[in-house]
Formats: sequence, C-alpha cells, structure tokens
Amino acid sequence: MARITLDHLAHAYGPAPKGPQDYALKEIDHVWEQGGAYALLGPSGCGKTTLLNIISGLVRPSRGRILFDDRDVTDLPTEARNIAQVFQFPVVYDTMTVRENLAFPLKNRHVPADRTAARAEEIARLLDLTRVLDRKARNLTADMKQKISLGRGLVRSDVAAILFDEPLTVIDPHLKWQLRSTLKEIHRLLDITMIYVTHDQTEALTFADKVVVMHDGAVVQTGTPEELFERPAHTFVGHFIGSPGMNVLPCRVDGATAYLDNEAIKLLRAYPALRQGQRIELGIRPEFVQLQPKGFGFPARVRRIDDIGRARIARVEMAGRAMSASVPDNVSVTGDEAALFFDTRHVHIYADGHLMAGEPVRRPAS
Amino acid sequence: MKVVNNRAWFLVLPVFAIVAFSAILPIMTVVNYSVQDTFGNNQFFWNGVGWFQDLLDPSKELGGRFFDALWRNLLFSAIILAIEVPLGIAVALAMPREGWKVAACLVLMALPLLIPWNVVGTIWQIFARGDIGLLGWTVNRLGIDFNYTGHTLDAWITIIVMDVWHWTSLVALLCYAGLKSIPDAYYQAARIDGASRWAVFRTIQLPKMRRVLLIAVLLRFMDSFMIYTEPFVLTGGGPGNATTFVSIDLVKLALGQFDLGKAAAMSIVYNLIILVVCWIFYTVMTNADADRERVEA
Repeated sequence: MARITLDHLAHAYGPAPKGPQDYALKEIDHVWEQGGAYALLGPSGCGKTTLLNIISGLVRPSRGRILFDDRDVTDLPTEARNIAQVFQFPVVYDTMTVRENLAFPLKNRHVPADRTAARAEEIARLLDLTRVLDRKARNLTADMKQKISLGRGLVRSDVAAILFDEPLTVIDPHLKWQLRSTLKEIHRLLDITMIYVTHDQTEALTFADKVVVMHDGAVVQTGTPEELFERPAHTFVGHFIGSPGMNVLPCRVDGATAYLDNEAIKLLRAYPALRQGQRIELGIRPEFVQLQPKGFGFPARVRRIDDIGRARIARVEMAGRAMSASVPDNVSVTGDEAALFFDTRHVHIYADGHLMAGEPVRRPAS
Repeated sequence: MKVVNNRAWFLVLPVFAIVAFSAILPIMTVVNYSVQDTFGNNQFFWNGVGWFQDLLDPSKELGGRFFDALWRNLLFSAIILAIEVPLGIAVALAMPREGWKVAACLVLMALPLLIPWNVVGTIWQIFARGDIGLLGWTVNRLGIDFNYTGHTLDAWITIIVMDVWHWTSLVALLCYAGLKSIPDAYYQAARIDGASRWAVFRTIQLPKMRRVLLIAVLLRFMDSFMIYTEPFVLTGGGPGNATTFVSIDLVKLALGQFDLGKAAAMSIVYNLIILVVCWIFYTVMTNADADRERVEA
C-alpha cells in the first residue's frame, strides 16, 4: 500500500539526449494516491508504457526520482518493489498448473508452504479461478490467463500497486466488459492502487476515477472523465476523447467574441491575454452543437448524417470548416441547408493548443 | 448424377515415374538382393529370409558384427546428444541478444556447419596426430599417451570431440531461435514475480525451447546414427572394429566383401530402425501440436 510520487521524472532511450525531442518521456511530476484507480490514456508511442515500466522498475529513468510513500525506489530493482504488472499478452508459466502459477511469486519469496497454499486459494476464489486451479495454465483461454497474471500480482499481500499494460488487447470483445468489471470489483475490495495503460478511451473512462492523458511523451491533462469531457485542457484531449472528438476550429477572438470568418459567436468570458502570432482555436464538442433547420442559427451545409446508435451525428460545413454536430431527436432537416446552434457554456478557446482561462466579461456600466 | 472423371490421375504419372526411378526401383533391387545369395558370374540363389535370420541372431557371425556396430552407434548417439544438447543450450543462453555481436556470433557458429564432412575428418585426423598435429602433440607433451589410431578410448574421444566441434552450433542456433521467440513480457513478469535465474530457465526458457529442442535432438540423432564420413576418414573404423558404426560396416560388407545379400538385409533393417525412430519423433511432435491446438480452440 503506497502513494507513488513521480518527481521530475524524464526518460530518454538514447544515451545523450540533447533536446526535448530525444525524450521518450518528457519531464513529469505526478502523484498516484494510495488506492486510486488511474488510467494512463494516449495513442501508441506516446510514452505511456515507458512510464509504466519506470514505475515497475523495468526501466531506470534518465532523470528524476520515483518515491513509494517517502521511500526513494529509483534504484531498486523490480523484485524489490511491491509492484505487480499485467502485460498486454497474457504471461503464464506453461508447465505449471493454475495453482502453481498463483503460488510462484510467494514461493520465490520463501513464504511458508501452508501460507502460500491458503493465499493462492483465496485469490483463486476472488478471481473465480477455483474451478480450474489444478489445470495446466497454458490450456486456458486468454481471459483466464490474464486473470492468472493478475492473480500472481494479488497473492503478494504487500503489493503496493498493480500496473496494467493494455491488458484487454487479446481478449474477446464480449469478455472484455466482464474482465473489466472484475478489475473494478477487485479494486473496490482490496484498496490497491491500480494504474491502467490503454489507448482505448472507453476502457480508460469506464475503469478509472482519474485519467492521465499523455501525448508525445508528456502528460497533457489529468482529471476525472467528466473533466476531460467538459474541459479538455488541450485540443489533443478534445480530439482524443469523445466519439466523434471535439470540433476544433481556427478562429479570431476579439474580447468576448469569436469570429469564424464572418460569423460572430458571443463568448461567456473575455480573452484579452491572447497574443499576436498564437494559433487561436475554438473548441466545442459535437454534443453541444445542435443542428437546426435553416435560419435558427449559424448557416451551415449538411454533408451527411450518421446514426451512431445512441445519437445522430451530422457532418456539416460551416464557414468553410468541416465539423460535427448532434441532431436532436425532434429536428429533421430537408435539403443540405441548415443551421447550427452553439451552447456557449461549452465553447472553449485554445491558444497554441492549450486551453485559455479567460476572464469574466465586464458588463458595460449602464 | 455426378459425373466422375478419373483422367486427372494421369497428372500423377510424372511424379510416379520419378519416385519409381529414384526410390521404389532401387529399394526393390535391395529387397531382391536381400533374399538371395550371390556367387561369381552373376549367379543368384534363392535364400529366403536366411540373411535376416542371420542378421538378427547375435550368435551368428553376421548378427554379431551387426549388433556390435549397432550398440556402438547407439552409444555414440547417446554420448553426443548428452554433450551437445546441454552445451548447445548453454551456448545459446550465453549468446548476445542485440547489436553487431549477434551477427558476428551467428557467422562464427555457422562456420563448422558449412565445412564438408570429409574435410572435417581430415582436419581432425591431422589435428589429433601425435607427431605433427597441434592437439595430439600438445597432449602427448603433457605426458598423456594419446594415440587415436592405437587406443580405443582415444579414438572414441577424438570422434566425439570432433562431432561436438562440428555440430554443437546447430543445436545452439536452434535454441537461440527458440529463445529469441520468447516475448520480453515473460522475463519482465518473472522479475516481478521474483524468480531466480534458475527458475526463469526452468519455467520459461526451457518450456519455450521444447519444440526446437525436440527438432535438434531428432536431427542430431539421425545424423549421428548414420554417421559415416568423419570416422571413416579419421579412424577408418579402427583401431580394430572399435569405431566401426553400422554405416561403415555396411559399406565394408557391401563394397569391400561384396556380400550383396547380407548387406541388403542389413541396410533394410537399418532403414527400418530409422523409420521407427522417425515415427516416434513425429508422433511425439504432433501430439505436442495437438495439445497446443486444443489450447487455441
């Protein structure tokens, strides 16, 4: 049980990193609270697996420290840290039964045989593996094998955190859901810090209390799923989370008004701090842009309407820019002429990709 | 009604002709010889299964020399397997995993495999000589009376060392391929589980190498069981009959003494032994595969 602190951590695989471009993992400061369920979300190659391997001790960081509670473990080898890791492809020891697999980490640590056996059975019960305890591990399905990998982490009662490296990649879709709920269930029961690496936003958002979004070796935002959805701190987060992603439209901002070509959108906050030369963009999620019949908002041209099951999404063009909008149930549009209604509470302004806070609008004295 | 056209079978004819000329006819000739006795002037007499009875009866002259050669052969195979397989695994484990050293190692290891058998025999024939051979001379200077043409044990040691020198790299290369196919995650998981070096070998590396090891054992067994050229060049089967293996004896019998009937019977039995061993290995391997497939399903 531990709080894991990343203190000015950075990592480069090459021997002599010159600039930020050489770092697979740019400097990161982060605290994983004891008992939290975290997801590390980002596209392939963003550095999330590197970060995970640094925490588990498989990779030694080039710079910075890593603390478990207040103990510096930067130089400790993996086996000396109380970490368990579940890998993308299930790792089981082929020649052993499930029971022997579960007992293996304890046997290696010279735990007395009776304690080991009892603990293995307890974990098997927890993971619903009791039925197959005496079967050879290699004869089981991928989801069972992943449970065994997880179980080998859980048997160690001193385990501080469990790291998951895209553990559902090779699991059948209909079992993914089930395994994920098992993970959540175990998290609730055992109060263990869990860090779950994935590039799948659904997995991240349903598993984690807190999601850490990584992009290009850096953390771009840490927050609850709601925060990531409602206030993406970076246009990347807006794009990456949500389906379809946030509309990001180049614009010009003057005080509390944004201009998309000639269409003026009133904003709730003013942005006097924007500088010349910055790339200014307006971000709004499709959920907060509604398609309306012509004349009820900014004029737009409908390209097509996709039914994605729980909602209808219109692909439209407004002021020469492609974007997505939601189609309310009661709205039907004929022809390709339509209008867009922006929910201004959910309009964000980004400068060079980063969310701008803005200032409250000063109402003219009247 | 379904129209059946059997003319497609004609397409098999060329294959049949090739196989007939390259395999069936020669084998039938051997079978023909094995049931007859020959005298000069190409006179053949029917002998039935007489040669086979002689061959399989150790108390007869023919059976005696066959079983002597067979046991020698099996002992030789057992010894070189017992040395080459563990040594090959050890070499594979010690080989570098990345960088230019991999290529260097692979080339060096492949070298002995590329040398023709009779050249290997000649190299060791000279290398192990007491008067001009570096190895033989050095060993003799150390005060050990080493003479592979005179002493049975020395001849065996030389042949075994020669075979180990020639073929261990094959086992090592196969094992190396097996080791390379193990994903890193296994090693990482083992570290997290606190496994010792020995436990990693026992629980991960050895099981994952099982299939290539089986192939290595099969190849090395077959090769050592039919070994001919190297001992023929090195010792000529001597001293006495000490290193006369089945193939050497067979050639002596067939081409030296020109006892075609006896030699034909011996070569058929020799062939059957190899077939049986192949079948056993094949069964073991396909069973292992079936086991694996059941897992996938």
